[in-house]
Amino acid sequence: MTADLTVHPSAPQVLEPLLDAHLVVDRGSFRLDLPLTISSGEVVALLGPNGAGKSTALRALAGLLGLSAGHLTLAGHELDRPGSRIRVPTEQRPVGVVFQDYLLFPHLSALDNVAFGPRRHGLDRRQARQRAADWLDRMGLAEHSRRKPRQLSGGQAQRVALARALAVAPALLLLDEPLAALDARTRLDTRAQLQRHLAAHPGATLLVTHDPLDALVLADRLVIIEHGQVVQEGDAATITAQPRTDYVARLVGLNLYRGRATGQTVLLSDGFRLTAAEQHDGDVFVAFPPSAVALHPERPDGSPRNTWPAAISGIQPNGDNLRVQLSGPIEVAADITPLAAAQLHLAPGQRVWAAVKATETRTYPAAPD
Amino acid sequence: MPRLDTTVARPRPAAPRQRPRRAGRIPLALLLPAVLGLLFLILPLAGLLARAPWATLPQRLTEPGVLTALRLSLLTATLATLLCLALGVPLAWLLARIEFPGRRIVRALVTVPLVLPPVVGGVALLLVFGRRGLLGSWLDSTFGVTLPFTTTGVVLAEAFVAMPFLVIAVEGALRGADSRYEEAAATLGANRWTTFTHVTLPLVAPGIAAGGVLCWARALGEFGATITFAGNFPGRTQTMPLAVYLALETDLEAAIVLSLVLLAVSVAILATLRDRWISAP
Repeated sequence: MTADLTVHPSAPQVLEPLLDAHLVVDRGSFRLDLPLTISSGEVVALLGPNGAGKSTALRALAGLLGLSAGHLTLAGHELDRPGSRIRVPTEQRPVGVVFQDYLLFPHLSALDNVAFGPRRHGLDRRQARQRAADWLDRMGLAEHSRRKPRQLSGGQAQRVALARALAVAPALLLLDEPLAALDARTRLDTRAQLQRHLAAHPGATLLVTHDPLDALVLADRLVIIEHGQVVQEGDAATITAQPRTDYVARLVGLNLYRGRATGQTVLLSDGFRLTAAEQHDGDVFVAFPPSAVALHPERPDGSPRNTWPAAISGIQPNGDNLRVQLSGPIEVAADITPLAAAQLHLAPGQRVWAAVKATETRTYPAAPD
Repeated sequence: MPRLDTTVARPRPAAPRQRPRRAGRIPLALLLPAVLGLLFLILPLAGLLARAPWATLPQRLTEPGVLTALRLSLLTATLATLLCLALGVPLAWLLARIEFPGRRIVRALVTVPLVLPPVVGGVALLLVFGRRGLLGSWLDSTFGVTLPFTTTGVVLAEAFVAMPFLVIAVEGALRGADSRYEEAAATLGANRWTTFTHVTLPLVAPGIAAGGVLCWARALGEFGATITFAGNFPGRTQTMPLAVYLALETDLEAAIVLSLVLLAVSVAILATLRDRWISAP
């Protein structure tokens, strides 16, 4: 790679985050307010439900949308700071984007798509094509370089889009739902390859996704936003173990409740009491996996202290098991085997008893609001 | 006004092959006028073909007057189309991509020549580009250039009348094209001009081609503005439609032959555009 395209900071700056941003975008009733820092070589996943502001954040970083307030500094250069009337246009930002549906130029071959960026960055046609050929080779697509985008499979198009974004050696790589357009099997393969290429990318990477698996596999750190605000941030292990909102709990597949703990007893806001394994005092979250919920036709005798009558509101297949949604004093999801379901003759509307062992719950302090 | 923007812009989803048909007779009150309308459109063309002097056609076609008029028509229509492309595509881009105050008014102004009687267009051109016109007198005194009653004047008159077709078609194509490709180009370091030439133009090339053909066809058939602004001088400003009109007064057969040539050109254009907007659902 030639030096002229390399925009990574020199040695003294490495300790600072490569991307240092506070993205504030006002769009009528919606306000994105997202502090974000990413170090060199780090992959951060921006996770959130539809309409949370993920795309807005990505567009603001790419310069396709201006900030309303805050700042955006990349590799020591201010790219956007409304307070000082600084706004570097998209084409001058060292940012590469892999768009959700790739947006490969339909009239150009795969090679010319990848060569487009280097050519705009001052390489002559031959050098740009050489660089593009190298990248396609690295993606395992050397023999497809003459093909037009419509002749490529979804996985191939995704890799061409990645090569196109990386070919300009961006300081910040943005990926917008990079695997969403692929079918399940292709996604598995492509995800593994993407992981390899992201690990090799020396700049910062922001992955925007609503798929928790993509985020967990590909990212070093997760930033979860809802309604334009960060609701949780941290590494995969912390977030999967201790979700802090219903959305995050659903993402990682846990039942989550918030309440006030007194010793082992947690009083939920609706008056329901759960018995936990750990002792706490004050505001806490209680979480347990759906597999920890047992269903009984009659009130069970013996050990589990958390038992309550519930009604089945829905049943869906979930992997090899069935996920049963229960209504009652608390909403809860339970995973049971098809065999158990058959024995219980489960059907929507049926009344059952739910039981959770205290030892299967996890309790952790809730941040004060 | 033809809604070209919707027809030329995007590929139409294939019309369903089998529509559920309602049983029962077609009402006579609809069938009769429909057939009459069809005959009204077809009969004059059939008459043209029926009265054509087929036996003497080859030698008639090679008469110097015919060839001169045809050559002039093709030349001026092509030049007018090139002028329209050079000015109209950027204008269409401006209308489709840039938000500016009064854009709706500008768009309405662009379409005025579509609905304006061409003769009025010719008079207006005379008032501006005529020897004593607003711009014409300046052109005359400064550069010694006179436009009325010249071949250049024919090109101007044709371009004036035909450009709205091109602008509307290309603007429709631009609106139909996914502007996110342009955003992708920007993230790769392309400025607006490079994006326009390397991404936007190739994407809307089919729309521009269709608009260009329409524009050329309109220019080729232009009569009113041309005869008003450029006159009727054989070899200089006498295009095919003017030659037809003139021939009609002296030599009917010659008029028929010239008309046949124009008809053939029109049919060829129809064939070119067949897939684009003739096959409406």
